[in-house]
Amino acid sequence: MMEPGLYHLLFISAALFFIGVYGFLTRRNLIAMLMSIELILNSVNLNFIAFNKYVWADKLDGLFFTIFVIAIAAAEAAVAIAIIINLTKNFQSIDVEETEEMKY
Amino acid sequence: MNGANILFYLLAAMILGSGLLAVTTRQLFRAAIYLLFSLIGMAGMYFWLQYEFIAAVQVVVYVGGITVLIIFSIFLTQQAGEKMLVKKTGQQIFAAIAAFCGFALVMIQIVQNNFTATKNLSLSPSVTNIGNQMLGVDKGGYALPFEVVSILLLAALIGSIVIALRTPTQTS
Repeated sequence: MMEPGLYHLLFISAALFFIGVYGFLTRRNLIAMLMSIELILNSVNLNFIAFNKYVWADKLDGLFFTIFVIAIAAAEAAVAIAIIINLTKNFQSIDVEETEEMKY
Repeated sequence: MNGANILFYLLAAMILGSGLLAVTTRQLFRAAIYLLFSLIGMAGMYFWLQYEFIAAVQVVVYVGGITVLIIFSIFLTQQAGEKMLVKKTGQQIFAAIAAFCGFALVMIQIVQNNFTATKNLSLSPSVTNIGNQMLGVDKGGYALPFEVVSILLLAALIGSIVIALRTPTQTS
């Protein structure tokens, strides 16, 4: 095994991203789809940090983008869960193939 | 093979293994717990990279906030012990093929590219440096995006209250 470096981190990041994509495409439950989105956002954060550390170590911009992505992910999770709870009240289900109407 | 390398590979296995389990398990609550372990592994990876501030933010926001919110909403919306429905096998196979092809494409691009590190003196990601640049208004400062994100958080707060407060009397 080699010394861990930029390419190892990019491998982890890409693998986690496509694990999230697979989960997003195969899940039918809205909460499970939200979890896949969290995995995707986390892989993006790791990518930013890896490039910041190994390529542009004289700047902090990747770190700031990571902080903003985390803040936006938190806002997105809050709004998504509000929508999911409202959907449960109206349809008694959060399966994406059963909730077909946008308007009630 | 020193201790740091072993730690790196253990953290990588933890992130990828629990991430894979989180998207394949049939029980939603277990998926949330596997997601929790994947996020903790990611925080450990930030510690390994010596970005302690980001690791702390990761633990506070993701592990302490988002995962708890997800588990809370699972308890509000699901019956206990119920297994999730799965999509058709054909759709699952196509999703796996699409994900693998995308991964292979990205990895080919990464391996062919040669990243050259900057020659400049490195800047330590300490809290002092982060604070000075993030709230700085001179060149390279991030004060405006910081304010925009705070407005976004306020909007998300108000929006989620409005969505969740809608009375179900208008339904049926």
